[in-house]
Parts: sequence; structure tokens; C-alpha cells
Amino acid sequence: MRVLDIKLFRDLKRLWAQALAIALVVGGGVATLVMAVGSYRSLEETRTAYYDRHRFGDVFAQVRRAPKMMIDRIAEIPGVAAVDARIAKLALLDIPNFREPATGQFVSLPEGGQPVLNQLHIRAGRLPEPGRTEEVVISESFAGAHAFVLGARFSAILNGRKRELLVVGIALSPEFIYAIGPGDIMPDNRRFGIVWMSEKALANAYDLDGAFSSVSLKLLRGASERDVIMRLDALLDRYGGTAAHGRKDQTSHAWLDHELDMLSNMSRTLPPIFLLVAAFLVNLTLSRLVALEREQTGLLKALGYRNIAVASHYMKFVILIVVGGIAIGSVAGTWLGIVVTKLFGDFFRFPFLVFVKSPDLYLMAAALSVLAAIVGAARAIGEVVALAPAVAMQPPAPPRFHRVLPRWFNIALVLSQPAVMMLRNVTHHPIRAAFTTLGMALATAILIVSLFTRGTMEELINVTYFMADRQDATISFVEKRPQDTVYQIARLPGVLAVEPYREIPVRIRSGNVERRIMLSGRPRDADLSRIIDVDLRPVVLPESGLAISDMLAQILDVRVGDLVEIDLLEGQRRTVILPIAARVEDYFGIRGMMDAQALSRLMREAPAVNSVHLSLDTNRLDAFYGAVKQLPIVGGLALQRASLANFRETVALLVTTMASIYTGLAAIIAFGVVYNSARISLSERARELASLRVLGFTRGEVLRILLLELTLLTMLAQPLGWIIGYGLAWMMKTNLAGETMRVRLVVENSTYVLASAIVIVAAVLSALVVRARINRLDLVSVLKTRD
Amino acid sequence: MNQSIFTAQALTKIYASGEVEVRALRELDLDIAAGEVVVLLGPSGSGKSTLLNIMGGLDRASSGRLYFNDLELTSLGDRDLTTYRRQHIGFVFQFYNLMPSLTAYENVALVTEIAEHPMRPEEALALVGLEARMDHFPSQLSGGEQQRVAIARAIAKRPEVLLCDEPTGALDSKTGILVIEALLSVNAQLGTTTLIITHNASIQTVADRVLFFADGQISRIQKNEMRRAAAALSW
Repeated sequence: MRVLDIKLFRDLKRLWAQALAIALVVGGGVATLVMAVGSYRSLEETRTAYYDRHRFGDVFAQVRRAPKMMIDRIAEIPGVAAVDARIAKLALLDIPNFREPATGQFVSLPEGGQPVLNQLHIRAGRLPEPGRTEEVVISESFAGAHAFVLGARFSAILNGRKRELLVVGIALSPEFIYAIGPGDIMPDNRRFGIVWMSEKALANAYDLDGAFSSVSLKLLRGASERDVIMRLDALLDRYGGTAAHGRKDQTSHAWLDHELDMLSNMSRTLPPIFLLVAAFLVNLTLSRLVALEREQTGLLKALGYRNIAVASHYMKFVILIVVGGIAIGSVAGTWLGIVVTKLFGDFFRFPFLVFVKSPDLYLMAAALSVLAAIVGAARAIGEVVALAPAVAMQPPAPPRFHRVLPRWFNIALVLSQPAVMMLRNVTHHPIRAAFTTLGMALATAILIVSLFTRGTMEELINVTYFMADRQDATISFVEKRPQDTVYQIARLPGVLAVEPYREIPVRIRSGNVERRIMLSGRPRDADLSRIIDVDLRPVVLPESGLAISDMLAQILDVRVGDLVEIDLLEGQRRTVILPIAARVEDYFGIRGMMDAQALSRLMREAPAVNSVHLSLDTNRLDAFYGAVKQLPIVGGLALQRASLANFRETVALLVTTMASIYTGLAAIIAFGVVYNSARISLSERARELASLRVLGFTRGEVLRILLLELTLLTMLAQPLGWIIGYGLAWMMKTNLAGETMRVRLVVENSTYVLASAIVIVAAVLSALVVRARINRLDLVSVLKTRD
Repeated sequence: MNQSIFTAQALTKIYASGEVEVRALRELDLDIAAGEVVVLLGPSGSGKSTLLNIMGGLDRASSGRLYFNDLELTSLGDRDLTTYRRQHIGFVFQFYNLMPSLTAYENVALVTEIAEHPMRPEEALALVGLEARMDHFPSQLSGGEQQRVAIARAIAKRPEVLLCDEPTGALDSKTGILVIEALLSVNAQLGTTTLIITHNASIQTVADRVLFFADGQISRIQKNEMRRAAAALSW
């Protein structure tokens, strides 16, 4: 078969542009899978390694004040492998040249060493030396936001007393990969940082000598987290414990989980679509390309080559193209995977990255692509090989054309002759026209599904920041405060309106499904922070009953009017039964809300507040910030504007970066498809078009016949592509919805326009290539033979 | 006269092309002797090419029988017909049908690789006087040269039968004569039974017998007592 192989390589060289275009389509599909799944696996593995090496805890609990002798009691709980008790407190920071109050999460370190669990990864400097009470280690993101270097100084208000602090170390911790301040929904590195300092210093400041306020546990393999939490709660109850929780409810872990989930969902949704679309298109293109070889197939058979030899020759041809595509896709996908892993690794500030090799991905992508190509080619090869050589060597018999319209209706009066020829050609190859249209529609669709996240993110921002949470700032108190604190806050300079909130951790349960959420009591007529229902209308909280996130309602499978069980995890810790009164449209976390007065009755306590939402006079912000910095009751201040900016910088950036990569790959696939459609229909009709040229048609007229068809099919493909694209986007949105974050599907008109524009640009570029080909059409030789 | 190499009995071929049915061969009877040079003459659609295609195993008859020596071609399946073509038949087509992506040498090698006792490609090319142009691609050869490559390809496997469908149809007279010369010299040296379809009546003088076709049947057979040399041809 040596000569046949020579022919193979020469054919590939001759058809290099088309072969490359098909290879790029395959490559696009393969690259998407390798990149998405590969980077997800690497990040997941990195997180696991990070957690392991730095001994991230499994169970966490806060208490008001527990004596250290309890540590041994906790260690005796069956299933507990290690206990780390420490002091953890929120405090306002005063940072030179930074006017807004910032919040520090203070965490104690054992004298002169690393904690048992949640160990620090020191990026610069060292841990505080024993006895040096002013020395602190700060989180890297916080240090970066303020350009703090070793030796920098700032102050903090610890338990009402201002203390000067000296930065001696900069560190990372698996516990604070995502550091979100109180009252915030987004990390803000300027206004929230982690500060580790010596236990002695913190104990002195908070009168916690010989006591702790926070504990993490490492569990033995196979231990029941639920049992440990129950026993731990029982032990810590009388020390002011607020229900222990597992990693699932640890803020940083939950967010990281969500981000990785989102990546994982993207990798499970988009690449299969891309790969299947690519496979379908490759199938389509190769079968047409092989069908064009009809005469050569006939000749090989006439010369005595067996069907199997002829078939395997074309199979090799097809497989070589696909293997080229797989190679391109694997290299590009691996590279993109590393880029994405690094991007997310930087974003999460992982101290190191573990790149996972995934041979199974390459195999899977390769197998699917090769299979699609073989199936596509087999169909065409089978048809050609089945013909007697004498028939195959002839051009195909003219297809049966018949009149669609009655004879008296002369369509030529309405349409030009080229248009009539084009229409006849389309209507007489309905399957081919349909597949070409579908191919281009899929190209538009994968562009839409790559692009739609932008509009969806804007909708999320609009609903969250402009319809629901319209306050300018939120103050969280260190502890719950009596109701009259509201008046104290209202008197601060620049405060225009105040809305008080009371927040209580609860377990909400329906049947077997249970979630730990924050239940917030809020004024019924709250106007700053409104409740938006699933139809995007503001609703007034009912006098009794519970409003919950729509997502939570879905998880619990409850409707308005159904009853749920609530374990109050603070105060008297009763279990109550409440009706669901409304489902709320929100996109971050899952939560419950009820009338503040009803909540205080439920809690059997005097009206109290944990936080207040504020409307501020923007002209008096400096005075406001200055006043807040002097208030020891304030644990944290969240600013909506900063939160929105952070959202755009972080989550939205990641999502749009991923979307851009997907869009690029989709564009490559789209171009490959359109280009091949145009080139192949030129080859298929070369003889016919050359005949027209011989008959005296100009190049322009001949080109018009071909381009009219391409234009018609491209246009027909767009609405179909929009519908498929919307469907795919809906699938993806549904897959991405999670407890931490979700979106409302909005596909902006501009998304449809952009997706179609890319496909149309691809069509125009292909048309230019086709025009150059038509100009070079060799009239005589095309009429005699075909190559 | 030698023994018959082909025997056709009531050979019929009906094409159903589109909505029309075409009777290309109507109960044709024929004997071809081994080593004979036969020219087939007749208007388009008279059945010449159909007969040649069926004799070469490129197509199948609708009814009737066709024997190659003792082998009944009309009873063979696709696989056996391929073997038959591979072992016994060489084809020369009007439009040469060379693989454009292969050189002259490689086009010949395409056949020698799958034949049982082939000559070397350069030998076959030498027989048609093209040994100097072995490494040229079809696009670098003139029409006559391309047709001679096709003949070299057809004879390289030392076939018993050479089937030529208008081998000079696309050529000017000077080159056409060179091609006929090549065919006759192969016939003389290898004893290959040669059937030539042509529209060119002057070529009939080089044949042992001339079959005149009309309407799917042989209307007349002419025997030439004296075969003219190709060099004496002109048109």
C-alpha cells in the first residue's frame, strides 16, 4: 500500500486548508474538555493537598468563653483526632491613610509556634516571638491591598482599647482562602483581613486568660460528623456555644467549593456540548469530503483494489485529519488548562499548585472524535464503494428535479436566474441543506452559551445591588445589642436612615432534608433592603411565617403554605414549626427571613439587633467613618459600593475570563464549519459552475449563485441557533445553580447579535476564499475530469 | 484462429437512470479470440462502453452470460470481480484517469503493487517511451504522455486483456498515433488481447476485426486480412 500512502499525504497537502479547518474543529472540542476538566481536577487536587499539608479542620465551633480544661473533654469525643482551641475575635482596624474603617479577624497563635490545626503558610517573615505582644502576622491578600510590608504598623481597637500592631509575617491559611467580612457577600481585601497574634496578647485584651472562644476539630477517618457536632454542642452549650458546624458551613470552604463546583459544572456542561458539536460537524464535513472522491474511488476499484483497501485508504485520510486535530486540541487544551489553573490558583492564593495529568481525558476526547469521523466517513465510503466502478467513475446522474410551483407561474419573473438555481439546489438537496444549516446553527449556539454569562452577571448585579439590597452600608455588631442601639447609630454623622436586623443561626428542616442557615428578623416595611420575589416584585414580609430563598425552597421541596421545622441555635434553643409565607429571589447563599417582632417573640427575648443597614449622605462619609472607628460595639462595616466593585473584580472576572476562553474556542469551531461548508459546496458543484462560466456567465454571477446559497443557509441557521443556544444556556444555568450562588438566565439581545455576527464574519471570510477559488477555476479541465 | 477468450451469450444491460429506462445492450452474442486486436465502432449510446465495462468487470449485465475463458463473469460477486480485474484486465480510459497526486512512476506502481507478476514500473514506462518522464506529475505531462502513462499502468501487470475506451479521443492525431503504436507494440510483444473503442474510423485498419455497434447490438463485423501499422495511420 506504499503508493496509496504517498497519495494520502499528497492529498492532505493539497487539501491542507480544509484539513486544517476540520482539525481545528476537532481541536476546539478536545481543547475545551482537556482545559476545563484538567484545570478543575488540578485545582481540586491542589485544594486537597493544601488542606492536608496545613491540617485544615473538619468541625468548627464558636463559644463566648470556655475554660481550657474543656479541650481534654472535647478530645475524648469518639471520632476526634485533634483539637485546636484558640481565641478568635472581630475588631475594627485603624489603618494609616485609609479613611474607611476596616475589620480584622483576630486569631490567636500558640506561644512561639504553629497551631495544631489550620496551620499558616508563611509567605514572608516569621511567626510572632514569645512575649512580643505587638507582633502580628497578616493575611497576604490584606497585606497586598494595603501594600503592607514586614515592619509596617497599623492599629486595632481590641475590646475598646486601641493597640499598635507591628507586621512581622505575611501568611496564607486554608481556613481563610476566601476571606469574607461580617455583613459582606464578597471578599474585600482592603476592608477585611486576617490578623494572627500571640494568644497571650489576645487573652489579655479580651480577658480570656485560660479560656478560648473558638475551636476546630480534626476527625478520624470514618467518624460521623453529625455525632461529633451533637456531642460538641452538648459540651459547649453552657459556655455560650453557637451550634458547631462542618466544613460545608465554613465560609471560606463553602465559597471555594462553590467556585470549584462552578468550574466542575462548566466542565461537565460545555465541553461535552462542544465535543459533540465538533464531532457532528466533523462527521458531516468528512462524509462530504469523501463523497467528492467518488471518481478516484471508482478508479482504484477498476484497477483491482479491493473495497476494504479503498475504504481503509479513505479511513486513514480521515483519521489523520482527526489525529491532527486531537494533537492540536491536546496541546492547546493542556496549555489553556495550565493558564486557567494558574489564574484560579492566583485568585485563591494557593501556596502551590498541583497539576494533575489526566490521560483518560485525552483518550476520551480522542476516542469520541475518531469515532465521529469514522462514522461520518464510513457512511460516504460505504455509498461510494457500493457503486460499480463504471458508475463511480462517471459523475453522479443528474438529481431528479421537478417543478415545485405550477408551470404558469414563472418564478424567473420574480427572482433572477441565479436565485432560481440556488433555490432549486437547496430544495433538491434538502438533507444536505438541513445539515449544513444545523451545523451553522450549532456554531451560533455554542457561541451563545459561551457569551450569555455576561448578561446573566449584569442581571444578578441589578437584582442584588439595585433592587434588593439598596443600603449603602451595613454595620455588624460584635454581639447582639438592645433595640435602642438603633438610635445611637442613627445619630452618627451622615446617617440618613437605619434598618435594624436580628440574625440567629437556625437549622431548617422538611422531612429528611436539613440545612443550617441564618434567620434574619427584619422590619416589615424595610425599604433599604427589600425582599424581591421570583417575579422580581418587591414584597412586604408577612406578619407571621417565613420567607426563604427560592433555592432553599427547592432544596427542602416546600411551597408557600407548607410547614417547616426550625431549630433555634441560640438562646433557649427551642424547636418551632413555621409556615412558609414567601419565596425570595436571591442569588447568594440560602437564607430565611421573618418579621423582627415575630422573631423576638419566637426567641422569647426583648427586641435586639445584630446589624443595621444604613442609608448614608455621601458628602459626610469621612465624618461617618471617623465616628464608626470610635465605636467599640462595631465588629464590621460592609459597604455596598465596595462589594459591587469586588464582585465585578472577582467572580464576574473569573466567569467572564472562562467565557472568553470558551468563546474563542467556539469561534474557531464556527469558522471551521462555515469555511468547510463553503469550500465543499464549491467542490461539489465545480463542474456545474464551470459549465455556467463556459456558457458565458461572469465570475461574479457564478460566485453569486454559490454565495446566495451560503447566505440563505447562514441566515436560516441564525434563528435556529438562537433557540438551541438559549436551550443550552438554560441547561448550563440550571447546572450551575448552587446553594452559594446562582443566576437568573438572561440572554441579552447583544449576545444573540454577537454570536450571529461571529458566524457571519466567518461566512464572509469563507466567501472571500471561495471567490479566489472561482477566479482560478480551470474551465476546460473541470469540464473534462475532476480531481 | 486461437481459442475464444471472451464469449457473450444474449448479453443484456438495462440502465434505470432517473425516470427513464435505457437498454444499453440487447441480447448481444460475441466471441473474442485470444491475442486479437478488436476495434469497436458506433455512435454514442450504441452499447460499446457498456460492453467494455461488463467485460472488464466494472459493471454487471442485467441478463445473459459472459465467459472469460471458462470463468462465467456474469455469476461473479463484487469480490471475485475485483480479483478478476486485478489478475487479468488492464484499462485505458479516454480521460486517462491518472491520480493527480501521484507521479507517472507512482501511478504505475499503484497497479504493480497489487499485481501478481508485474513488470517493474520503469519497464512499463519504457514500453510506451516515457522512461525519461517518470517523476513528473500528470499536470506536468501532455495529454498524449498522460495517456501513455495510463497504458503503461494498464500493461504493467502483464494483463491478458487490454480494454481501451476511446484512448485517442482527447488527443490530436500525432499523439493519437503514438498511443495506438504503444498499444499495438504491447499486443505484439505480450500477446495481449486488445479491445479499442473509438469514434475514429481510420483506426479500424489496425485491427484484426472491427465490430460495428448500433442500438445495443452488433450490426456488422468486418475482418481485416491485412493489419496496417500504426505509423501508416493518419486522420
